Amino acid sequence: MTEQQQQIFHDSAADRAYRMKWYANRVVVYGILLFWTFICLFPIYWTVTTSFKLAPDVMQGNMIPFVDYQPQWRGWHSLGLSPEALAQSSTVREEFMKRFFNSTIAALASSTLALVLGSLAAYGLSRFEYRFGFMKNDDISFFYLSQLILPPVVLALPFLVLYRETDLLDSRIGLILLYALTVLPIVIWIMRDQFSSIPIELEEAALVDGLSIWGAFLTIIVPIALPGMVAAFILSLVLTWNEYFFAALLTSTDAVTLPVMVASQTGSQGINWWSMAALSTAAILPLVIIGIVLERYIIKGMSAGAVK
Amino acid sequence: MSEDRLYVVTDERISPARDRAGRLLFWGSLALLLGVAAFQTLGAFGLVAEAENWRPTLYAYVFWGTCYGVSLVLRRGERGRRQLFLLPATLFIVAMVFFPLAFGLSIAFSDWNLSSLDGRKFNGFDNLRRMWTDSFYWNALGNMLLYVVAILVEYTIAFGLALLLNSQIRARKFFRVAFLMPLMLSPVAVSWMIGKSMLEGRFGPVARLLRWLGVENPRFFGDPETALVLIMVMDAWTFIPLMMIMLLAGLQAIPKDIQEAARVDGATAWQSFWRVVFPLMLPVSLTAIIIRIIFKLKIADIIINVTSGGPGGATDSVTSFIFREYRDRSNVGYGTMLAMVYLVLIVIGLTIFTKLVSRWMRPRY
Repeated sequence: MTEQQQQIFHDSAADRAYRMKWYANRVVVYGILLFWTFICLFPIYWTVTTSFKLAPDVMQGNMIPFVDYQPQWRGWHSLGLSPEALAQSSTVREEFMKRFFNSTIAALASSTLALVLGSLAAYGLSRFEYRFGFMKNDDISFFYLSQLILPPVVLALPFLVLYRETDLLDSRIGLILLYALTVLPIVIWIMRDQFSSIPIELEEAALVDGLSIWGAFLTIIVPIALPGMVAAFILSLVLTWNEYFFAALLTSTDAVTLPVMVASQTGSQGINWWSMAALSTAAILPLVIIGIVLERYIIKGMSAGAVK
Repeated sequence: MSEDRLYVVTDERISPARDRAGRLLFWGSLALLLGVAAFQTLGAFGLVAEAENWRPTLYAYVFWGTCYGVSLVLRRGERGRRQLFLLPATLFIVAMVFFPLAFGLSIAFSDWNLSSLDGRKFNGFDNLRRMWTDSFYWNALGNMLLYVVAILVEYTIAFGLALLLNSQIRARKFFRVAFLMPLMLSPVAVSWMIGKSMLEGRFGPVARLLRWLGVENPRFFGDPETALVLIMVMDAWTFIPLMMIMLLAGLQAIPKDIQEAARVDGATAWQSFWRVVFPLMLPVSLTAIIIRIIFKLKIADIIINVTSGGPGGATDSVTSFIFREYRDRSNVGYGTMLAMVYLVLIVIGLTIFTKLVSRWMRPRY
């Protein structure tokens, strides 16, 4: 009798085993999650902290600021970006700002261009049936998306010659056009998905109310599709800001972007890690911030089209 | 036109005068474009005064494109206005892909050293013959195969992470942001951060860790196999988040009741994964893998900046090889031929791959 009562109020052996298994499971799950977080974030931590190190810190392998070593502004000073260097004029900083500016302009302008061209095409494809010779809508979509397969190296050398002939070599315009081309298929991919999820009845109502197709598109559909457009824009921004290959081939002095500057410094710095680390930090910082703040949009953009 | 998803009814009538104006605009601007191009071609051969560069032709093309758009609306009315949606992107791609590709084909059959003054010499199939005996190019192609095979490992890891993120965990958003971070970083910065500093032989943290673990004299990029694996790891590190997010989206789209039904029927977690989740995820997995292959085939930045193809071509990708080929010898002709062959191989390979997969994916139940 008493035995049975005890069994009511206490976990049975089977339950306890289940409990144990659940805890073990949790430990493993969070263990893996934390391990992967470490793998993802350690290189960033390493770069940021190294930018505040001095030669002895690098050689002794000090890891934790304020505990192992006292952070110094040396690395940032060599970029002209430390607190005391900011007050003076510095050629290195001007150089850096120029590259930074080039990258920003190229990324923003090309993403905008790709977004405009891509949204228009994606909207058309999601609403109307086209016939262009033997090509129907699916073929036209494939035609756009297949540009993604094209490796940059195939276009790089012809463009080198063509840009030389049209005086676009080492110009921001040239980079912007090429970058827009590389992200255009991705924008169309995302936006097609976006537009086809918007009910057609909206435009029908707008047309009945006397708007033209373009009027309906610009005043009704674009505002609704805005989150998708932001997603496509951010994703394009990430890809174009980080682009290196075309920039390395097609720019030499004026239009050099930040990745090219980082790459040109890697070889020459030797063990002078702090300034390289400062440069790398400055190069990745804008996107790290974007990644943290706008993570929702990036994920939205990348999930688009993955699920049909 | 009746299949349009969005019906548009207009009572627009196109008058003959309007039609004529549209025609005139189209043909007139086309004549202008052809005229400018012809004039500049003549100039290039020295028959008439040569322009400074080919910009006039470029502007004429943009002008023609604009006139084409206007003439579409003039001549076809509502139908033209619809076609206007596709026109800019199409003209852009034609100008930026088709024209350069056609031009590239013509360079591919010539010997053209940009830094020498001789200019371009047509040399027939010499470039192809040279490619046939270029062991470095074949080596690079072989490496590409290895790089692509490595995607299977990336896929497994990405799938595992997506499953974890999709399970019942706390701080999901934090983990998602953290896992996404590597994708944000520029490959060039990554190649310094990881390739050049963390994997540095004397002071890098990884070398220290290995020494502490008892490995004497750790070498990273000296030995061909290790170098290849490390390049793969760095590339995987940046791109695993891409696959992970796509797979996560796929997992979230699976209705919960399917898995619950499997559990009610007595399936273990293992069984419900392999019999329910994995088959349902096949289409998404395929999209993720194909997109990853496409990105992988472009791999170059990390290789150029960390190993520049070495040691002895062990890490070379086609792109980095052509990059060096151009930078060291400025030979545009040969490099373009290599790139064109690469493109043909990619198209054939991807076609076969998708065909095989779609046959294998056909429902078997």
